[in-house]
Amino acid sequence: MERYYQEEIECAPYEKIREIQSEKLVKQVKHVWDNVPYYRKKMEDKGVTPEDIKSVDDLKKLPFLSKADLRDAYPYGLLGMPLKDCVRIHSTSGTTGKRVVAYYTQHDVDLWEDCCARALTAAGATNEDVVQVAYGYGLFTGGAGLHGGSHKVGSLTIPISSGNTDRQIMFAMDLSATILCCTPSYAAYLGERMKELGYGPGDIPLKAGIFGAEAWSEEMRKDIEKTLGIKAFDIYGLTELSGPGVAFECSAQSGMHINEDHFIAEIIDPDTEEVLPEGSVGELVFTAVDKEAFPMIRYRTKDICKLTREKCSCGRTHIKMAKPMGRSDDMLIIRGVNVFPSQIETVLMNNGYAANYQIIVDRVNNTDTFDVQVEMTPEMFTDNIGEIEARQRKLSDDLKAMLGIKAKVSLLAPKSIARSEGKAVRVVDKRKI
Amino acid sequence: MSVKQISVFLENKPGALKKMTGVLAAHEIDMRAISMVETRDFGIARIVVDDPISAVNILKEADFVSNLNSVLVVEIPDEPGGLDKLINIFADAEVNIEYMYAVSGHKSTKSACMIFRVADTKAAEARLVAKGLKILTQDDVMKI
Repeated sequence: MERYYQEEIECAPYEKIREIQSEKLVKQVKHVWDNVPYYRKKMEDKGVTPEDIKSVDDLKKLPFLSKADLRDAYPYGLLGMPLKDCVRIHSTSGTTGKRVVAYYTQHDVDLWEDCCARALTAAGATNEDVVQVAYGYGLFTGGAGLHGGSHKVGSLTIPISSGNTDRQIMFAMDLSATILCCTPSYAAYLGERMKELGYGPGDIPLKAGIFGAEAWSEEMRKDIEKTLGIKAFDIYGLTELSGPGVAFECSAQSGMHINEDHFIAEIIDPDTEEVLPEGSVGELVFTAVDKEAFPMIRYRTKDICKLTREKCSCGRTHIKMAKPMGRSDDMLIIRGVNVFPSQIETVLMNNGYAANYQIIVDRVNNTDTFDVQVEMTPEMFTDNIGEIEARQRKLSDDLKAMLGIKAKVSLLAPKSIARSEGKAVRVVDKRKI
Repeated sequence: MSVKQISVFLENKPGALKKMTGVLAAHEIDMRAISMVETRDFGIARIVVDDPISAVNILKEADFVSNLNSVLVVEIPDEPGGLDKLINIFADAEVNIEYMYAVSGHKSTKSACMIFRVADTKAAEARLVAKGLKILTQDDVMKI
């Protein structure tokens, strides 16, 4: 029996969804025009006024927003409500150290938590379940989102956050956790650790997991499902749009339903910015139609993927997105964290190294490895090993501070980083996802 | 008079040292002493050669990072207790040794050389000379 959190809307006929979207979009464009001068100027530059937007069909007339806009408008430029009406922020690391700060009113938090509640319910959660939220809590949206969703469903929520693996296993066993929420690599790691401790899938009552914030393959899904003895569900989201729960997987496990009553999805050609027909592979663009404090319109996610609206065996009617197949910019997602090569460059320069580096990302035992290789320079070289090692450690600490994840720093001989046609290859991503 | 030592940065991987010795061989640089230190992922080769300035330039041409620094070279009798006597003098003169390595001489000359890296080469040299120690020059080293 498929369960829904908000059946009426999750299974509404397509025409009904279009109607809701159109109605909300018209209102949202008016709201943004009146309250977000930054976006209003973009509309004016394009010669569009709120009167031009009468339905979803007019969406393509509106200007795009991108990460560069978030940077330009930081910290308050895209705020759609007075701060006194906002109740929370979340944040992600951005390029060159500038963070993305997203604002939420209570209404925004509610609709986000609804989205997460839908995802949890699709994974089988009810008020009889125990949900272990092992996503990081804090500025990261993962913990807060699933935590709120779990409350809405009425499940007993374990707000354990990430890390301390042995404690995670102890809680899961002692409190009979039935649903686990974390990044897929952490789920895989938990499974490995359980094996080491001599526990099998039969030793914990876990039945499902909701895993997102990083790319993972079907093989990895099978691995996790086998070691933990669960059904593993994918979830998609980004801080700019609220957090996890923008789209989620159902029992069919064949793509993620986008919560279309809150987010309108488009696929565009990343170069021409032209909207592509359904089923095409292109860049995913989202319009948040009822978020108040951070009302993103036509936000370019840079995720490359594909949308399909076919009848789903779960009964939901919302359009499905495939797992993103890549990025149209140079952002890397390493252990669930967004990493831009330019951030690494900044840290290197601050430490006196030349911007001669290479990032090598791989996946070993389902966990991302992250190596930063830097070429030694005459300025940084000394006969004193201890001093070189101390600088290496400082570089590693500074990278951790900038990115939020640890990198292994290696020092290479000059000119040893591969260059193709004079241009150094900055990123080597060996992960097979 | 201190002697110039060249320290060369090397990656800790097969072939890294070969590249360095190859370059020096090709330019007929005569090495009098070599010592290697390593960490998990890089190493430093410390060498004493006949013509340090040329060697540094040759290494630079070949994309090596290196630098020149001063070391103290002392000849000791190649016999039991030889090193002990020498180290005693360092202790007496209160000279702290950062690192040291040996160049063994010919059995026939019955002597060997010790190369010392200290924090303040000039001051250490003055104190050691005051204790009666003979510090070798670049020319002396070439005759070992």
